[in-house]
Formats: sequence, structure tokens, C-alpha cells
Amino acid sequence: MVKNPSIDTSLLPADAATEPLLAVDNLHVEFTTRQGLVRAVNGVSYTVNAGESLAVLGESGSGKSVTAQAIMGILDMPPARIPKGEVRFRGTDLLKLSDQARSQIRGQRIAMIFQDALSALNPVFTVGWQISEMFRVHRGMGKRDAMKKAVELMDRVRIPAAKQRVNDYPHQFSGGMRQRIMIAMSIALDPEVLIADEPTTALDVTVQAQIMELLAELQRESNMGLILITHDLGVVADVADKIAVMYAGRIVENAPVHDLYKNPGHPYSKGLLDSIPRVDQKGQDLYAIKGLPPNLLDMPPGCAFHPRCPYRRDNCVTDVPPLYEISGTRGSACHYYREVLDGTVE
Amino acid sequence: MGRYVLRRLLQAIPVLLGTTFLIFAIVYALPGDPLQALAGEKRVDPVFAAAMREQFHLNEPLLVRYGYYLRDILSGDFGTTFRGLPVSTIFEGKFQVTFKLSMTALVFEAVIGVGLGFWAALRRGKWEDKAVLAFTLLLVSIPTLVSGFVLQLLLGVKLKLGTGIAFFPVAGVQDGLRSYLLPGFVLATVSIAYLTRLTRTSLMETLRADYVRTAVAKGMPKSRVLGRHALRNSLIPMVTYLGADLGTLMGGAVITETIFNLPGIGQQLFQSVYLQENPVVVGIVTVLVLIYIVANLVVDMLYAVLDPRIRYE
Amino acid sequence: MSNDTLPATAPAAPPAKTPKKEKAASLWSDAWYDLRRNPVFVIGAAMVGILVVISAFPGVFDSVGVDPSTCNLANARKGITSEHWFGSDNLGCDVYSRVIHGARVSILVGFISAAVTGIVGGVLGLLAGFYGRWVDIILSRVAEIFFAIPSILGALLILAVIGRDNAGIGSVVLALGLLAWPMVLRIMRAAVITAKHQDYVVAARALGAGPWRIMLRHILPNALAPVIVVSTINLGAFIAAEAALSFLGVGIQSPQISWGLMIADARNRFLEAPLPLLFPALFLSLTILSVVMLGDAVRDALDPKLR
Repeated sequence: MVKNPSIDTSLLPADAATEPLLAVDNLHVEFTTRQGLVRAVNGVSYTVNAGESLAVLGESGSGKSVTAQAIMGILDMPPARIPKGEVRFRGTDLLKLSDQARSQIRGQRIAMIFQDALSALNPVFTVGWQISEMFRVHRGMGKRDAMKKAVELMDRVRIPAAKQRVNDYPHQFSGGMRQRIMIAMSIALDPEVLIADEPTTALDVTVQAQIMELLAELQRESNMGLILITHDLGVVADVADKIAVMYAGRIVENAPVHDLYKNPGHPYSKGLLDSIPRVDQKGQDLYAIKGLPPNLLDMPPGCAFHPRCPYRRDNCVTDVPPLYEISGTRGSACHYYREVLDGTVE
Repeated sequence: MGRYVLRRLLQAIPVLLGTTFLIFAIVYALPGDPLQALAGEKRVDPVFAAAMREQFHLNEPLLVRYGYYLRDILSGDFGTTFRGLPVSTIFEGKFQVTFKLSMTALVFEAVIGVGLGFWAALRRGKWEDKAVLAFTLLLVSIPTLVSGFVLQLLLGVKLKLGTGIAFFPVAGVQDGLRSYLLPGFVLATVSIAYLTRLTRTSLMETLRADYVRTAVAKGMPKSRVLGRHALRNSLIPMVTYLGADLGTLMGGAVITETIFNLPGIGQQLFQSVYLQENPVVVGIVTVLVLIYIVANLVVDMLYAVLDPRIRYE
Repeated sequence: MSNDTLPATAPAAPPAKTPKKEKAASLWSDAWYDLRRNPVFVIGAAMVGILVVISAFPGVFDSVGVDPSTCNLANARKGITSEHWFGSDNLGCDVYSRVIHGARVSILVGFISAAVTGIVGGVLGLLAGFYGRWVDIILSRVAEIFFAIPSILGALLILAVIGRDNAGIGSVVLALGLLAWPMVLRIMRAAVITAKHQDYVVAARALGAGPWRIMLRHILPNALAPVIVVSTINLGAFIAAEAALSFLGVGIQSPQISWGLMIADARNRFLEAPLPLLFPALFLSLTILSVVMLGDAVRDALDPKLR
């Protein structure tokens, strides 16, 4: 794949080569609300390299989308605040950049796809206009050339009859086609990192698979780093290389995808895996994690998962578990991860 | 688009028939002698009355009379004044005055209302926003009747330029565009307040929309996010407001033209009411209502231009 | 589970009201709680309260011994004196007394028109929204026709036809109300249609509640809020419209006193003697300001979305 010609590597620090493409480091995000301070993200760290896919898994309110929005710099501040942490892109901390420098990266080098393409696309402009806007604004292209590029992109995400449909409005497309347009728009300028925030949640199951396949394919072609945010463990298995599981604003487990599927190292990941319906368990009751996600205004002390945890011991209620290193590529924030891995529950 | 336009045009037909019938009914079906109602306080001469009854088909059934009335309207005949002149001749030259006045008011409205509303929405919750809201509260509370006289006194009479001549003419249209500035502003005041509030809420709502977040994520400069992505969407409710506002402007023009002595339709209406020349009152109101309906039809078309979701319904 | 939550939520709170129809009840009690703490509402309500008292008992407030209808031409257009606090008008009448006595017309026209349009538009809107089909089609079409006539123009026409001899509070209310009810109908209809599809209404229907019971007990309480909001906002528009119509000579007629009429009377000599015009204008604006404040506060309390 042709590298983006606009990347000016001279601006980047010398150790860029050893740094991961994107590194989130000890990120904290909090929101001021009428009810009090909400700590949505509490020290999240993860990395993505070029050509790598990271799946960030968690329920709504786990902080997975907020982390992504902090990377993009599209959080509304206030009410949001980032008291601590870094988001390093090729070694440069994005949080320290000026607004202007940041908007040079947004959309061009780090792009994002949203959950509901119908509301994420502007209803009053044609899809061609919205895609070609990337070329007109960021590349200074003329209207006609930019429109040609838009058609090419729509072809690339396999929208049938792209040439005719380029002048249609978002509401004239089906849900899956709209998400393809969203994707076309996000990859327009060959970004190095693509963040997909629940890209298939609003779609039918069959369309979900097609979209995931498309994302995987585009990623292989262009060697992008892909961050896939989802609450659906079933979606990520084929696409992701590694998984970070989030709960109540923290990463509770990270692992290569196959390791986690084979043998989860945190009670929460285990619960999620067990609650996927499987053909070979037909007729049995479906497992469900007991209880409700915690109230972010009133977090339980100790391990945030302890009220719902079948492995709970006394110290879980008082001590916050650090992210224990299981191996070079795995970590689990559970005091009793060994028992979880060994599958011993009493 | 074509189907939408056609459907709106067809929908307007019953409204046009209904409103003209309503006006007709108000004049002829209210209790009392319609001829006396048309004549006002003047004593009706029996011979003249008989002739008038014949001319106005007063001896025919109501619906037949409505038919005649409708035929007259369609052929551009809006009745006759007591002096025997057709009402339509009264409009000559007066429409331009009222049109210029309304346009001046619309410009004030658009510039001040949209500007203030935009500013307040961007400063949401800050003191500037609260100040704008308080200002609109004040504007809404001062009816045209009051702002007209007060501004006439303050700006037209008390405010003098170096030469000792008031910058804003107090009355008449002999100073060209300058004559319209003050009355245009007075006519606009209440609408400015409403448009400011509407722009503010509309833009605040749009700014929360997902597609605005998308535009930011696309790396669009702030000016473009606001000026293209957000503004275009918030224009939709604002345009709808303009249609309804035209009615307010028409009502307000009667007061404003009376206060500032502008020889427009509004002043004519006031004078006809004052002289109890009811056929002229009925004629003018009918014409204005027709203009209002047609203008709203145009606004509906504009609405479709702005919002493709409607266009392709 | 319930044992845990009960003491945690309201240990010291007074016993909760009956949970029956809690959705509607909490809206109203929340709104009332918001209103009491909103300075805009408190000031607006206090001003409206004062105006209502003035219009009910003008004799208590007017200058002692100065009857608003006894005028002395010799006193015409005298400035502010100890006897005439607001000066005197073209006919030598006491402006202060007349301003005090003029409040009644504004308050009466405003409140009666708002109540009449609220009730007529509300009832018709409830019927149109609830029964749908041809009831809705007919009522909505008729409303659309009335809606297509700008209200001041329509009122001007109606009052011109009624004639000055029959003009008064009644005819002004009729003229304003005749053209304003469709707006209330539209709002009530939309609210009823929304409420009709709410789960609790569907459930009540499934449980066999009759149409009247559903309409009055389940839909009306939840559709009432927007009608109250629009009626409060209309109040200011009606007061302004009465003044405008009286100013134009088709509304309230002399010897009755209306601020609009006072402005019309003072108009000819306005530039040399502004006081007889400015005082009724000031009171008119203050009255509208107070009801607009009331309307803003009620809207914020009942419909937080619109803020």
C-alpha cells in the first residue's frame, strides 16, 4: 500500500521507530455532572501497532468509547477533563498538542467510525459531498476531482452503482450501506489508525459480518492500526489480534485474542465468554453475569467487579487489584487470576 | 421534489377556499344587517341599500353569495369603496412601502436575531448567554405599540447629529431607505427576540448531534463545523419560523405604519377601520391573507430545498 | 433486595404520596418544586399578583379623591405634580388613576382569552388526538383554515364588522380567541398522540379500561403540560393584542379605560407631552414582562427539553 505522502516524519521524535504506533498510557477521564464527579476512565493503557487490530471490549459505561473519544480529541471539555495520562501517536503526546496541530491529525492520520451511521452522517448533504469534503478541505482538491475520489472510495467499500449513488442523501441508503459510506469517509486519506466505535451494533446480523469482513480487508490492504470497540465478544474473534476487556473505567484483562477465548484470565471475561450462545449448548440455560454494572457515581470499593464476582474473597472488597502480568502479552486485574485460569471455583 | 411541490400546492387549495369562506362568513354571516356592517355607522339610504343588495347579491342564499365573492376575488376584484373606486386601486404604490418596510424588518431580524442566537448558543451557560436571554425577555415584553413611540421619541427626536437634524426621520418616506430604518427596526423587535431564542435552541440542539461530532472527527476546522455542518441543519426550523412570522409582521405593520406615518397598506387599513369603510377593510384583509398563505407555501418549498428528507418523502 | 433499597433512598423523607399515576404526579410536583425555586417565576408571579389585585380593586390604589373620569381641561398636559403623580393627559384627566384603572381590561382580556382558547383548543385537540380518523381530519383541517389568518388582521376584521357600538371586552376576547384556538389544538393533539402510544396507556387499554377512563385518567394528565405552557405564553400575546386593537380603535371604547386607548388618545401630542403616553406604555410592558417571565418559567419547569 502506498504510504500517505503527507506524513512528515521529521517532526517526530527520534525514538519513533521503537514506539508503538499509538499508545494510550495511564489515561484518566472524568466528567463533572450535576450529581457529582464521574470517573469514566481510570488509568487505561493500551497500544496498537501498524497492521495490528485491538478489540476493546466492555459494557456501555465501561469507558471504552470515552477512551476512544479522548484519543480523537472529540470529548466535550468541559464537562470532560483529562487529569492524567498520555495518548502518544508515534511518540508524540497528542494531549499536549495545540488545537490546530490536533485537527491536522484528526481525520487525516487517526480516523473514526461511529455506531449509528444514520445520525453520524449529516442528513442535509449528499454522501458524495461528505466524502469528498475530506479531499477538498485537507488536500485542497477541486470539487470535480474530489467527487471522483469519492466515487472511487465508494467502489472500494463495495457500494453498488457508486457513480449513480454519489449524489444521494444518507437517508436513501440502507443501514449497511450507510456504514460503508462512513467507512469510505474515514479511510479517505489513508489514516494510520482507524478507530471503529461499535461499527456493527446498529445493523442486522448478516450485515454485521459483511462490515467486519470489509474492515479486516481494508486493514490488511493498508496496514492500518485498528481499534475495534465493541460490547459483543462474538464480533471480534475473526478480526482482532488482541483484546483489552474494560470494566468500570479500567482494563481488567488484556490478552491475544485466541488466548482469551481459550482460557480467560479474569472472572468478568469468563462471564462474557460463557454468556455467548453456542450451538453445542443448545437446550441449556444461557449463562448471565449476575447483577448490574456499577454506578460510576458510587463505585464499589476494592475491585469494582466484586459485587458480581463468583471468585470473590475478602480482600477483593478492600484492595484494588493491579493489572497482574500473566505473561509477556497477557495481564489480568484479578487477585485470583490463577484460579480463574485453572477454572477452580469453590 | 416535484411530487412534494405538487402535493403542497394541492393541499393549499382547501386552505385557500376555507380562509376565503371564513372571511366571507365573518362579514356576511355574523348576526346583524351585513349592509349595515359594511356601511359602519353611516345611515343607509333605502334606495342605495336596495341597489347594494342587488349588487352584493344579498338576497341570494349564503353559498351562492360565497360563489360570487370567490369569483370576484379570482378576477382580482376585491370590492368597491364608498366613493365607488375599486379597492384594488387603493393598493397602488402602497404595497411598495409595506414591502420595503417588511424587508427592512426581515434584514434586522436575520442579522440581529441569528447573530445573537448563534453567539448565545456558542457561549451556552456563560454570562453572555444569560445576558442574551434576558435581553430577549425584555424585547418580547415591549410591544410594537410601545417600542414605536419610545424609539420615535428617543432616536427620532432627541438624538440629533452635529447639524441639529435628527438622523432618523420621524415620519413619512421622503428620505428613502433612511425612512425605513427606524420603523423597520421597531417592526422587527419582538420577532428578533423570538428568532434569537429559536436560533439559540436550534443551534444548541444541532451542536449536540452526532453528525457534528463526525465533522470534528473528520478534522474539519471549527469555522466549517459551525458554518456548514451545524448551521445548515439549524436553518430548517428558522426558515419555518419566517413563514409564521410574516403574519406577525403584517399585524405589526398596521401599528408601525400608523405611528411613523408611512403610506403603506397597514396605514390604509388603519384609516379604513377608523373611517369604518368596511369593504376596504375586508378587501385588504383578504389580499393580505392570500399573500400570507402564498408566502407560507414558498417557505414550505424552501424547507424542502434545505431538508432533503422532506424532498424525497 | 427491596429491604436494602428502601431505607437507603428516603430515610428521613416524608411518606411518599400514593404511587397511583406516579408519572403524572411526579411531573407536576417536580415542576412545582422547580418553579418555587426559580427567581424568574417568583418575580413574575409576584408582579402578576400585584396586577391582579390592582385590577380587582383599582379604587384602593388610585390617587385619593381623583376620579379617573373627572377631568379638567384646564389641567391638560400638566407635568408631574403632587396631585397628578404621572401628570395629566390631553383632556386634563389624571394619568396615574387612569393607568391604575386600565389594568383591569388587560388582565381580564389576557386571562379570559387564554382560558377560553386553552379550554376550546385543548378539548378539541384531545378529541382529535384520541379518536383520530375523521374526527382528527375534520378538526385539523378546520384548525388549519383558522390558522392561516394572521391573528391581528383577523381580529381587526372581526371587530370592524362587529362595529364600535358592540365593542368591549367580550368582543375582543371573541376576536382573539376565534383565531388562537387552533394553535392549542395542534399542541394538545400532538401531545395526546404521543401519550396514546405510551406503554402505560397501551397497558391500561389491554386491561380493559374504557375510552373515557383512558382519556381522562391516563392521557389528559400527561398531555396537559404543553397546553399549560402555550396558554401561559399566549397570555402575553393576548395582552399585547388587546392594546394594539384598542389603539387601532376597534377594541375597548371610551369611556372604558384601556392602556391601548390611552396611548391612542395621547398620540397626537406625544412629541410635546410624552408622559400621558409613556406611563400606560410602561405599565403595558411591565404587565407583558411579568406574564412572559411566568410563561418562561412554566415552560422550563414543565418541558425541560425546550430550555
